[in-house]
Amino acid sequence: MSERAILRFEDVSLWFDQETPALDQVSFSMEPGESVIIYGAAGSGKTTLLKTALGLLKPDSGRIYVFEEDVTEFAEARWFELRARMGMLFQEGGLFDSMTIAENVAYPLTNAPAYRGARHDGDGEVEQKVRDILRFVDLEQTLDKFPSELSGGMRRRVGIARAIVTEPPLVLYDSPTAGLDPITAYTIISLILKERDMNNASSLLVTHRFQDGHLVAKFRYNPSSGQIEAAPQNGDRPASTKFLVMNEGRLVFEGSLAELTAAEDPYVKKFAK
Amino acid sequence: MSGRAIQNIFRSPHYGDDVLIQMDAIGVGSLPIVMLIGLFSGLIMGQQLGRTLRTYGAIGEIGYVVSVALIRELGPVLVALLVAGRNASGIASELGSMKVTEQIDAMRALGTDPIQKLVTPRLIATAVTLPLLTVIADFLGLIGGYIIAHFQFAVPLSQYWTPAWQNLAYPDIGEGSIKPFAFAIIIALVGCFYGMRTSGGTEGVGRATTRAVVSSSIWIFITTYFLGKIFVNMR
Repeated sequence: MSERAILRFEDVSLWFDQETPALDQVSFSMEPGESVIIYGAAGSGKTTLLKTALGLLKPDSGRIYVFEEDVTEFAEARWFELRARMGMLFQEGGLFDSMTIAENVAYPLTNAPAYRGARHDGDGEVEQKVRDILRFVDLEQTLDKFPSELSGGMRRRVGIARAIVTEPPLVLYDSPTAGLDPITAYTIISLILKERDMNNASSLLVTHRFQDGHLVAKFRYNPSSGQIEAAPQNGDRPASTKFLVMNEGRLVFEGSLAELTAAEDPYVKKFAK
Repeated sequence: MSGRAIQNIFRSPHYGDDVLIQMDAIGVGSLPIVMLIGLFSGLIMGQQLGRTLRTYGAIGEIGYVVSVALIRELGPVLVALLVAGRNASGIASELGSMKVTEQIDAMRALGTDPIQKLVTPRLIATAVTLPLLTVIADFLGLIGGYIIAHFQFAVPLSQYWTPAWQNLAYPDIGEGSIKPFAFAIIIALVGCFYGMRTSGGTEGVGRATTRAVVSSSIWIFITTYFLGKIFVNMR
């Protein structure tokens, strides 16, 4: 495994109860700029893995490195600083329902100690940043609305805006397309590609849908047309994409898209079509 | 959680806006009902105690009896129970809903300490507003007692207010000031504790709310007994 990895798991295990581990000796690494797609059935440990990577859950054994730093024994206070460099989209958006969309998106800039009064010393600057990022996800008109007034797909887009407003080098997406219609799901993945290709961010994406991983691996964002398009075979885009498959807390597959589609394992094959 | 919430009072960042919002919700929001309860508790005490005192020919002591009972015990406990019912439940349900909808996790993921952002402002706001609410309730209770003493038992103004003020000792004032402060800490921390531990969806939020009110009410009674014991020994 690379020492330069932006995120690295070494034999990480975590138990919620005595019987079955939620994560069972999980090891993988993620390079700067790389996209990692994690497939798996419901309850296979995908969300647990994301929450462990973000320090929301503590592993029982193994080691975790984020930005080349061993964070396994980090106290909560040290995580707050580190998390300011990581974005996270929760499965249901995780938006604050008592705040407007503008307040939700501005939250990391106005509340996190890492940003408060440091990078943004005037309200005007924060407001402009919020407008820019909502324009990025094509939701500038929702500034004064509350999350309950938006559709599920719009809430996910706001969640993406909030996750990337601080331009973090690593963004984690928890089932961003779950429960969405195909058109909205396509829009969400397009935004993820746009974020990846415009800001050169590393993306860790958990999903059930093969199409999501396929789009991330084979397509790129074109800034001139504002659309996503198939990446040229020999171009430098899209960024390298790695696929992982989880089953009952274990990583049962790691490889490229071609290796995934050629896999013979019956469980892995279910995610390759 | 309690230790971290108290430590955070002295650590940056300070969420002053959140403290003011909570002071408005807990203090200003509870003011009308606290005024009503304060006034009526004085009226009721005046009515019930007045009859008994008149039987023993001691109606002139009504001001003293009402003030001691209200300031030492009834004012702080009644206001605390009221605020527990209104705000411990509100805090538990608000934080509980945030917990089950991943908003607390989102807050942590966005680099904010939920204890510092959610618990500490509620603790400060309750600790500041509950003693003030108690003072207001005590004062209106005394006025209520005077209304009954004057209009029902023909007690003159000075005969009511002079013993009501002059017979109060420092331990009485101390007891009446420390109790609301202790109750405020109980209400805020119990509400936050059950809210932050909520699990099991909307049903879990309901459970957390009920537990917060029941637990804080029980702790208010236990605490008032032991604090009362300490002040009795001081007299």
